[in-house]
Amino acid sequence: MLEIRNLHVAIEDGTKKILNGLNLTIRDGEVAAIMGPNGSGKSTLSYVIAGKDDYEVLDGEILLDGENLLEMEPDARAAAGVFLAFQYPLEIPGVATMTFLKAALNAQRKGRGENELTTPDFMKRVKVGAEKLGIPQDMLKRGLNVGFSGGEKKRMEILQMALLEPSIGILDETDSGLDIDALKIVSEGVNALRSAKRSFLVITHYQRLLNYIVPDTVHVMSKGQIVRTGGKELAFELEANGYADYVTNAAA
Amino acid sequence: MVAVKETVEQVKQLDVDQYKYGFSTELEVEKAPKGLSEDIVRFISMKKGEPSWMLDWRLDAFRRWKTMDEPQWARVHYPKIDFNDSYYYAAPKKNAAPKTLDDVDPAILETYKKLGIPLREQELLAGVQTSKIAVDAVFDSVSVVTTFKEELKKAGVIFCSISEAIKDHPDLVKKYLGSVVPVTDNYYATLNCAVFTDGSFVYIPEGTRCPMELSTYFRINEKNTGQFERTLIIAEKGSYVSYLEGCTAPQRDENQLHAAVVELVALDDAEIKYSTVQNWYPGDADGKGGIYNFVTKRGDCRGANSKISWTQVETGSAITWKYPSCILRGDNSRGEFYSIAVSNGYQQVDSGTKMIHLGKNTSSRIISKGISAGHSQNTYRGQVSAHRKATNARNFTNCDSLLIGETCGAHTVPYLESKNASAVFEHEATTSKISEDQLFYCRQRGLSAEEATALIVNGFVKDVLQQLPMEFAVEAQKLISISLEGSVG
Repeated sequence: MLEIRNLHVAIEDGTKKILNGLNLTIRDGEVAAIMGPNGSGKSTLSYVIAGKDDYEVLDGEILLDGENLLEMEPDARAAAGVFLAFQYPLEIPGVATMTFLKAALNAQRKGRGENELTTPDFMKRVKVGAEKLGIPQDMLKRGLNVGFSGGEKKRMEILQMALLEPSIGILDETDSGLDIDALKIVSEGVNALRSAKRSFLVITHYQRLLNYIVPDTVHVMSKGQIVRTGGKELAFELEANGYADYVTNAAA
Repeated sequence: MVAVKETVEQVKQLDVDQYKYGFSTELEVEKAPKGLSEDIVRFISMKKGEPSWMLDWRLDAFRRWKTMDEPQWARVHYPKIDFNDSYYYAAPKKNAAPKTLDDVDPAILETYKKLGIPLREQELLAGVQTSKIAVDAVFDSVSVVTTFKEELKKAGVIFCSISEAIKDHPDLVKKYLGSVVPVTDNYYATLNCAVFTDGSFVYIPEGTRCPMELSTYFRINEKNTGQFERTLIIAEKGSYVSYLEGCTAPQRDENQLHAAVVELVALDDAEIKYSTVQNWYPGDADGKGGIYNFVTKRGDCRGANSKISWTQVETGSAITWKYPSCILRGDNSRGEFYSIAVSNGYQQVDSGTKMIHLGKNTSSRIISKGISAGHSQNTYRGQVSAHRKATNARNFTNCDSLLIGETCGAHTVPYLESKNASAVFEHEATTSKISEDQLFYCRQRGLSAEEATALIVNGFVKDVLQQLPMEFAVEAQKLISISLEGSVG
């Protein structure tokens, strides 16, 4: 379970506040969607949960299964079960995708005090995961994300998530830059990972993604707060009416 | 940004403790009187028991050196060197001329053991090392031991110190010494000609593939002592040799000079592969101390279809001034230069290569990877030229620089010169930074900041690491990580 209480965040000189007392709880197995206009703080929220340096947490707490994430380094958070699928996955030239996956997986296992995977065991897992997402084997030998198309990068993020088996998967605008076929493949990849134990935080501008990854709850974010919460039907309402109401209301 | 500030802080705190070869060995040594003069040159030659032709050669070089000026064109800055403030000869006193390993001072053996250099053949044979490597160990001004000499002799290979070669193989030395790097080539090379003390000599006879890797391990131990090594490798027609060179020195506050000359000669169809892992003491966190590494390395592809390949991993020295080069004289000859130069703290690197195309259908390849961190400056300087008779000369150059942090610099200075219209030279250069975003991405996947940096850097240098012999590649990879430790927040 992820619990965010009264979270206040500014960019690091402390002058510009992005999150203003945000509260959000995501139960085990729940798929929560966050929608909201540009600049409402959606991506900031995902980065703060994952532990990016550029933000200053002024107040509040983020607990994952009762553990305070804010006291942990980004790699420790990853080992504790936080996975962030990036909106713009980074390229690592010269590091074969396979090498990266193995290093990440074993680093997390080490962080949890588990044994490293044997190479055959690891290879098997990658092969199975890659096939499901239509990722060809030769892509795994190339430098991570180097020369990958937008769709390939997003598929690679989902493959990483499948291998790392997080307890919470955060998808930061995973639908951006995807055509409809890629959107389907990525969504199916996410749906296959849904389980009673694993929760998701799906950040998006558009209702379209939520046709494929059907959320349990939808939250509207504006000016760094959750301003409304509802079921999946709330997404349709937003699609019809836009965010204009929330932008003005939340200012109060 | 906070992250960058942290990086800068970390770099400021950068501690020399990570230089694990910084210990020194207490020994009784015999030194030449301090300073540089004709008498010192005579002293060195006398100590080495050299024939008169060698002394004359040295004295001639010394007289020429006195008329020369220190080169100023490199992008390095240091106070003027007082050449009279150094010792030019230092040799361990005990057992001045050891016959076998058992005669070598145990303190020296212990030093090499601490450095991880295997000198006992039986240890090698017992499988401590996966493959056999013959070692010539040069300690300050003398070669203390050369291993596997007998076994190499059976194959006709001569592997000994240059001092021995001058006495035992004068014809070969006379024929080739100074034939690649002329006595007056440059200020430091000329100085080396006058005062060189030891180094390695390798001769591979016609049609012979050297049965094992050869290596020389250079150690500067004495204070205030310059090391002037001289290495000469000759590969006769159709022969092959792979040679490795390693260097370390104790941590000391004052700068020490290392001015080596290495000459390679490859005759028809011969191939020489020369690899260096240079890890001289780089100075402390404030840039105090460290080795001035002014080195002239040149290979002559004298015969047709010959090949010379330089691979270097440079992590040490306060100042590196080094351009391992190839003269592509023979038709169809090939030259290669693969380099990783890592600089951190206040290190200054000005390194690169020269590929001089003289023969027809000659080709060369340059892959240079510079990594700068801390307050260091890292310059690639390379020259590629085609003589007017060098029809179909080909060169491919790729220079990549990686910056870590905000206070370091990377510079690329290529010189291209073609006097033959059929020559094709290609030059690619990139400069990139390890971004905080890349680091965060890796850490989000579970890697620590250090693991992430190592992974990214290893990806960056992969093309060059692949050129090193296996055992060296692993060592080099570790060394690069150590050199960059603390450079990322």
